[in-house]
Amino acid sequence: MKQLSVNSGQWSVVASSLPGPDDITRVELSNGITVLARSNFNSPSVSVSGYLHVGGLFDPDEKLGLADYVSAALMRGTEKRDFQEIYQAMESVGAALSFNGATHTTGFGGKSLAEDLSLLMELISEGLRQPVFPDQQIERLRAQLLTGLTLRAQDTRDMAGMAFDQIVYKDHPYSRPEDGYPETVQAITRQDLVDFHKKHYGPRGLVIAVVGGVSPEDAVDKVRAALGDWQNPDQPHPPQIPSVTPLEELVTHRVEIAGKSQADIVIGASGLARKSEDFLPASLGNSVFGQFGMMGRIGEAVREKAGLAYYAYSSMSAGMGPGPWAVNAGINPDNIDKATELIRAEIKRFVNEPVEDDELADSKANFIGRLPLALESNGGVAGAMINLERYDLGMDYYLRYAERIEAVTKEDVLAAASKYLHPDKLAVAIAGS
Amino acid sequence: MDSSITKYKLSNGMQVMLKEIHTAPIISNWVWYRVGSRDEIPGKTGISHWVEHMQFKGTPQFPSGILDKAISREGGIWNAFTYLDWTTYFETMPADKIDLGLRLEADRMVNSIFDAEEVESERTVIISERQGSENQPMFQLGEVMRAAAFRVHPYHYEIIGDMVDLETMSRDDLYNHYRNYYRPNNAVMVVAGDFDTKEMKVRIEELYGPLQAGDETVRQQRPEPSQRGEHRITVEGTDDTTYVSAYYHSPLASEPDFFPFIVLDSLLTGPTGLNMFGGGISNKTSRLYLKLVEGDLAVGVRGGLPATIDPYVYSISVTVHPERTPDEVITAIDEEIQRVQDTPPTQAAVDRAVKQARALFAYSSESITNQAFWMGFTEMYDSYDWFTGYLDRLATVTPDDVQRIAQTYLVPRNRILGTYLPTKNNEVAK
Repeated sequence: MKQLSVNSGQWSVVASSLPGPDDITRVELSNGITVLARSNFNSPSVSVSGYLHVGGLFDPDEKLGLADYVSAALMRGTEKRDFQEIYQAMESVGAALSFNGATHTTGFGGKSLAEDLSLLMELISEGLRQPVFPDQQIERLRAQLLTGLTLRAQDTRDMAGMAFDQIVYKDHPYSRPEDGYPETVQAITRQDLVDFHKKHYGPRGLVIAVVGGVSPEDAVDKVRAALGDWQNPDQPHPPQIPSVTPLEELVTHRVEIAGKSQADIVIGASGLARKSEDFLPASLGNSVFGQFGMMGRIGEAVREKAGLAYYAYSSMSAGMGPGPWAVNAGINPDNIDKATELIRAEIKRFVNEPVEDDELADSKANFIGRLPLALESNGGVAGAMINLERYDLGMDYYLRYAERIEAVTKEDVLAAASKYLHPDKLAVAIAGS
Repeated sequence: MDSSITKYKLSNGMQVMLKEIHTAPIISNWVWYRVGSRDEIPGKTGISHWVEHMQFKGTPQFPSGILDKAISREGGIWNAFTYLDWTTYFETMPADKIDLGLRLEADRMVNSIFDAEEVESERTVIISERQGSENQPMFQLGEVMRAAAFRVHPYHYEIIGDMVDLETMSRDDLYNHYRNYYRPNNAVMVVAGDFDTKEMKVRIEELYGPLQAGDETVRQQRPEPSQRGEHRITVEGTDDTTYVSAYYHSPLASEPDFFPFIVLDSLLTGPTGLNMFGGGISNKTSRLYLKLVEGDLAVGVRGGLPATIDPYVYSISVTVHPERTPDEVITAIDEEIQRVQDTPPTQAAVDRAVKQARALFAYSSESITNQAFWMGFTEMYDSYDWFTGYLDRLATVTPDDVQRIAQTYLVPRNRILGTYLPTKNNEVAK
């Protein structure tokens, strides 16, 4: 059948649209901030994202949720503007900015029309450097955070995920939810927020990416103007995390939530860190296992063949440390055992037999082919550049991505799968009625 | 964003809209059908959505399980959506691979199998999808409120359908629905991205030109009579959070009143994003946020003004503060509405809504998929001119217009007021 020809060439055009050393500007400021910039003058807007090394790992157990609370409070009032002035300035020009606490890091992300980038940078700087944590705003925020925890307690997906973490990361900081528990959030005082911010927030290790309708020079100048003179000599180094003790048996935990038509299950184990050399084989394996097409082999077994779920897929989250590698599914409570057995059987096959050649070829083609789409928006490019920096991938990572993917063999995939997953050493977490 | 497009009809009646965008080596292909839950009747609610699921279950040329792999292999994404008024399918792919998407949509417009076993396996998948929604209190509340808002009009039914119908519909019901609505003269095709229009037209003619036109589809017309007095709804459940929601019967997107209504919504609950794949902005300076959240009556508020082919509802949804009551929230909402009814907003407030819309437009144009979405979506209830003229029409809105909209539509007689109330566990039947 006739194929449609397109007026742009093929691989050459795709490759040249990928970010690389020739079109990413990378500048280290003297205070330890790394700035990444890439222009896209097709776009009248800009996207800014970044992170700093402050996260829930610094939280005391009895005040779990502290780092998250601080990050949510940064925009509640600064030395220069109160809450309403911040949002008035931002929303009036259609800009957006938010800070989000995670386990290892606190991230931020914003966007605006290119003409408003200076404002966006000022607000990022004020939020990071000059928050004042007004009493009234802090209490209002507390009510919102507590409501979030109430909603979490009734969300089958969230609760299954939390129960899973508590099995897999027993006695490890990853067992702690970064948004805390109602009693720990209640225990946090305004002074805790002030002290935590003063001690932990600083420029060393901060990475910021600016992408869009602005020249790299202009972007770097604006970041330098906003953050270049920031200092915190007492800024602590990120804490080391202990290693995860692998499960020795099948451990099941059920969370009862009243009045739910559907239960969620999470089945899996601790996976790997992003910097692990197993990352690409494991990712490709995970794609075959529970992502590719209609949710891979898991989707085929649980949804397509058995009709047991609307969603059933596997996810492998590899970050600074070893994240979960697990199957997630929403299942009618009557079918939980049946679904669990199907999933365990797929895990058994995945760790005992190499994936088929065509399965691996399919996932490789997908990984390479989807890059232009993933990098279509300013936000997508900013996120990709942030990852280059965070995980030391090298500026030519995307340019060499195809050859790295092609180099993975099915033996590599099997080795990675069997290293991290075992059908009899799994966490099975269930939440529902 | 450059807004020039090529728009024409094939001889079989299929409408085609093409837009060249050369910013990335990507093409997004959509086929929209004029069928949705508004075309359903009791006993067959949810059928449009189920048919959409079956469209992924294969044709003789592309058997089940082949399609999804083929798209993914080429690095593409694809999906489908069923709404009140329409059903749509899309593939976004590297530009040199889009032919697969074009062939696949032409094929499944007429050749889907609807295998009986696949229908049965999908029945439980869809029931599972509904059960997942039922886990959410706002779904439970919204379902009852919508039924109260539309006593006569088929917007009465949820898109997912009623459980009893999902349990009883047959393969032939589904197949007949497919045959009735999936035909070139009931479809709008949209292609946006990195292609040459002349070549694309030739290829579309090759693939879609031979498809037979069917009889013209007739959509049921059951206009909703005017509401005579407020409806109050309470739904009780085991979740611990209280919600308040207000629906107001609203004008059509094609009517002049819709644009000042957009400004009113922006003023009350914040600007609505134009990117269907996320991408709005915060609403912390909107009047209802200030009144409710800054007033410690609620922890969140949002609004929505959907564009539909028959009049629908404007909604305000509030998550109530744990220490407050629904009545306090309702009183506060009414006070804010009264305020805009009594005094028009300033010109500056209206100008601000326009600037916000300009930024949201810029964000939405970053994605070729999103640009293609808007071309087809607007065609379902008006035309693409609605989208290209959006900013200019917003700019003509006056403060008095906004006040008049509040006076006309945001009145108790015109609304359905809903509350989700947590009940003690032991009082609720499972």
